[in-house]
Order: sequence, then C-alpha cells, then structure tokens
Amino acid sequence: MTTTSLLAIEHVRKSFGDNVVLRDVSLTVEPGQCVVLIGASGSGKSTLLRCVNLLETVDDGRILLAGKDITDPRVSADAVRARIGVVFQSYNLFPHLSVIDNITLAPVRVHMVDRADARQRAMAMLERVGLAEKAHARPDDLSGGQQQRVAIARALVNDPQLMLLDEVTSALDPELVGEVLDLLRELKAEGMTMILNTHEMGFARQVADEVCFLHGGYIHEKGPPAQVLGDPQEERTRQFLSRIHSL
Amino acid sequence: MSHLLSGAGRSAGPGEGGAASDAWRPSPIQLERDLYRRARSRRSLAVAALSTLVVLGVLFGAVVTSPGWSRVRETFFSWEKAVSALPAVAAGLWLNIRVMLVCGVLIALLGLTLAVLRTLRGPVAFPLRLLATAYVDLFRGLPLLLVLFLLGFGAPALRLSGLPNSALFWGCAALVLSYAAYVAEVFRAGIESIHPSQRAAARSLGLSYRQTLRHVVLPQAVRRVMPPLMNDLVSLQKDSGLIAVLGVIDAIRAAQIETATDFNFTPYVVAGALFVCLTIPMARLTDWVARRQGFHGAGGVV
Ligand SMILES: Nc1ncnc2c1ncn2[C@@H]1O[C@H](COP(=O)(O)OP(=O)(O)O)[C@@H](O)[C@H]1O
Ligand SMILES: [Mg+2]
Repeated sequence: MTTTSLLAIEHVRKSFGDNVVLRDVSLTVEPGQCVVLIGASGSGKSTLLRCVNLLETVDDGRILLAGKDITDPRVSADAVRARIGVVFQSYNLFPHLSVIDNITLAPVRVHMVDRADARQRAMAMLERVGLAEKAHARPDDLSGGQQQRVAIARALVNDPQLMLLDEVTSALDPELVGEVLDLLRELKAEGMTMILNTHEMGFARQVADEVCFLHGGYIHEKGPPAQVLGDPQEERTRQFLSRIHSL
Repeated sequence: MSHLLSGAGRSAGPGEGGAASDAWRPSPIQLERDLYRRARSRRSLAVAALSTLVVLGVLFGAVVTSPGWSRVRETFFSWEKAVSALPAVAAGLWLNIRVMLVCGVLIALLGLTLAVLRTLRGPVAFPLRLLATAYVDLFRGLPLLLVLFLLGFGAPALRLSGLPNSALFWGCAALVLSYAAYVAEVFRAGIESIHPSQRAAARSLGLSYRQTLRHVVLPQAVRRVMPPLMNDLVSLQKDSGLIAVLGVIDAIRAAQIETATDFNFTPYVVAGALFVCLTIPMARLTDWVARRQGFHGAGGVV
C-alpha cells in the first residue's frame, strides 16, 4: 500500500439502516489525478463522496488524506473539510449572501484571511470563472451554469488539496453544461486532484485518468477510460453503458 | 391572428438592433385587449363602490334605528367626553408603545435563544434542550392573564433583592416570558425550514456547527419568519394593554379612570380607536415585508 497517495479509501462500508450502500470500497487517488465515478442512480456515488468529506460517518474501513486517517473520530472533521473542496449537484449557494460574500465566507471565518485579502482573492477567482461582473449579484439572479461556476469558485478559493464534484452538470440545461465542463477541464490541466461523479461519458473519457464503475456496493470495474468506457470487461458495466448510450 | 403575433415578434427581434431601439408598438389585438381590460376594471370599481355603500348604509341604518341607540350614543360616543379624555388616554398609550418596543426586543432575544437551544444536537446540549422545551411547553400553556397576576402580585411579595418591585416591571416580565415561548416556536419553524443542503454546503467549506448556524442558517431563518413575527408584534401591541390589570396607568387604565367619574364609557372607545390606529400601520408594514419576500412573480396571474 502506498502512503504517498493523496487519498486512499480502504475497505469502506456504509449503510443507512438496512440499506447497505457501500459494502467494501477501496480506491486510491494520486496527486493531480482525476478519478471519475460512474454507476446507476442510487449506486452510492454521492454517498462515497460524502464519506470522503466526512458528511457521513463510515461503518467500517478507513479513509486516508495525505497519509492521515481522517475517519479516526479524534480527527477534527472541520479541519479536514476545510482542506477539501466540494461542489454539489444543486449548487447550494447561500441565497442570503451576494456572490462575493458566498466566496469569502469560508476564507474569512475558517481560514482567518483578512477581509480585504479575501475579497481580492474572491475577485480573482470570479475573474477566472468569468463572472467578475456578477460579484454583487444574488445567487438567485444567476443562471444555473453561472451559479455552478460560483460554487466552484467558492470551493477553489480555499486552495483545496482535493475537489469532490457530485454530478455538477446534472441540474443544468444542456446549453449551460459546456461552460462548467470547460472550467473543469482547465482545473484538470492545472493539476487539481479531483473525484467526480458524472453521467457525461464523453467528458469522462476526456478528463479521467481512471474510471470506476460502482455497482452493488463495490467498485465493479476500474481502469483507464478507454478501457472501462470503450471496452468494458464486465457484463454489468456493459449493461450500464448501453443503457446510458441508448438514452 | 398568427400573422399579427409574428409581426410583433419581428419588430422586437434582434435584427432591429437591440432593446434601445426597440420599435415595438402594441398590435391591434393587444390594443383591443387593453381596452377591454380597462372597461372591465372601471365596471368592477363601480360595482365595488356601490355594494360597499349599500352594505354600510344598511348596517348604519340598523344601528341608528335600534331602540337603544340614543342611550348607547350618549354613553359610548359622546364627543365632549372623548375630547376631554383624549389627553389622559393618549399619555397612557405612550406607555403602551414604550412597553411594546422594549418587550419586543427582549422577546426576540429570548425567543431566538430558546429556539436555538431547542435545535442543538448532541449529549452536552441535552439538559439545555430539555429546559428550553419545558419552558416553551409551560408558558404556551399558561394564560397570559394568569402569568400577569402571578408575577405582578406574587413576585413583588417575594421582595427579591436587586429586582424592582414596580407593577410595570413585572407586567413587562410577564409579557416577555409568555410571548418568548410563542416567538421561540416561530423561530424554530424558521430554522427547521432551511434545507439540510445549506448546512451541508456550509460544513463542507469547513464552517463549524456554530458558524453554520450563525452565518448560514439563522440569517435565512429569521428572514423567512419575519411576517409571522411582525404579526406577533401587532398582537403584543394590543396585549401590552393587559398590564392595566396590575394598576399600571396605560391607555386602558387611563380610560377606566376617566369613566369612573360619570359612568360614560366613551374613553374606552377612544382607547380602542387609538389602539387600532397604532395597529393599522403595523399591519400594512407586515403585508409589505411579506410581499417583498414573496417569490416575485412565481404565481403569475393566479
Ligand atoms: N441520508 C440518507 N439516509 C438514508 N438513505 C440514504 C441517505 N443518503 C443516501 N441514501 C441511500 O443511499 C443510496 C445511495 O444514494 P446515493 O449515494 O445518493 O446514490 P447516487 O449518488 O449513486 O445516485 C440510495 O438508496 C439512497 O436512498
Ligand atoms: Mg448522487
């Protein structure tokens, strides 16, 4: 087992009552790698990401971030979360705060950056996601694609070691998907380590270093995208992909 | 018809060079509709005015022609009595207003604290949660008048050192204790109405439980419950008159004193009119706050 992996998920099990969602999941992510999770709706992709971010407590197994066991109850969950960026399917911006205040909230309150610095960094981040002119808008006044780019900026401004992206384009109108995917491609090119859940197979093929197919509480098949998506070895993976493609 | 609509669409199209030079003119169809709507609203207005007049007229006639009216008019609606009682009643009302303002602030603080305590999780917070729940259950069950009597007459008799003995102080304390229980429930409903995904987003950024409550949940919750809270404030405005039972000279007590000389009850009507005058602007303000928060246009014309 390598201790140099940025993230190592080891034999993780997670259930909700009688519903065992993850039975035995193991996965490592190296710095700069982009791992794409695919699988049917309800297969536990979101649950796995929530476990990594400690929004759920695992029933068994360990998760190591930069070699340190973050599933140890003695570890401060807040400190771990502060090092991981999360972007949700439904954006989850704070509707009572302006765009820039959404972005500066964590830097000011968690990372103790002084307010002027935080605003400067937030503006730079908005610049980079192409929304500088929306700094003082309310989230509700933005399109879905713009909201999702703000959500990405909000996560990025904290210099996360790892980004977790949970179906970030699923709630978007088709013509808005592109602007978000372009941003993710740039992130990947800059060497950001990411785990993402997606149904965008074309996109997965382009950016993924590794694709994992989640089924029945296990990672049923994993490998480079050309193999898992192009020439799957497992019958279940083939079935899943043919269902997606026949849509 | 379709050619009319598409004609309007073309003139507003991008080919004409943007919104600034938009040369839209209402189509004949739209003009005809506007004309019809104006005629309709003129007629509605006329019908409303007429029916209001008729209803009021009938009510007025019924009261004025009733056998006891002349007696009632003398004892309840005497103009001279109203004028002579007004200064004392108005001075009393000023006390009601001050009571309402001071108690309103204290109620909001205590209510919010109770609501937050009730939503805390974890074993450490258990006794606090229990106490807050017991408090809310108790004070929502007790009639306000009873709390006023118990505190107003009982507490001064205890001769607690450091606390004033005045009826005004204990009257206000009773209002605050009772109302805080209601307001706590309003706040709690607001807190629980904030979607869990908001907490998840805040926690995923590294904010602690407390920071999430302070910066994400409470600001949204308080905004959301503003209209019902304003409603409680209107209600408090009236109930501030109940401290009269402790002998505090507010508008109602002042009116009572004025009636004592000649058994003319007009001062009560004066006090009532003043209370209503105070409430109406509050009620309109409440409507305005509620409207401003509403989902703009989400309901369309329905
Ligand atoms: N908080 C929860 N409580 C109970 N069951 C849950 C909870 N979160 C997820 N589940 C269940 O876990 C399963 C996997 O959900 P999820 O991880 O969201 O799947 P996916 O993201 O792959 O669509 C589903 O059956 C879902 O009902
Ligand atoms: Mg999901």
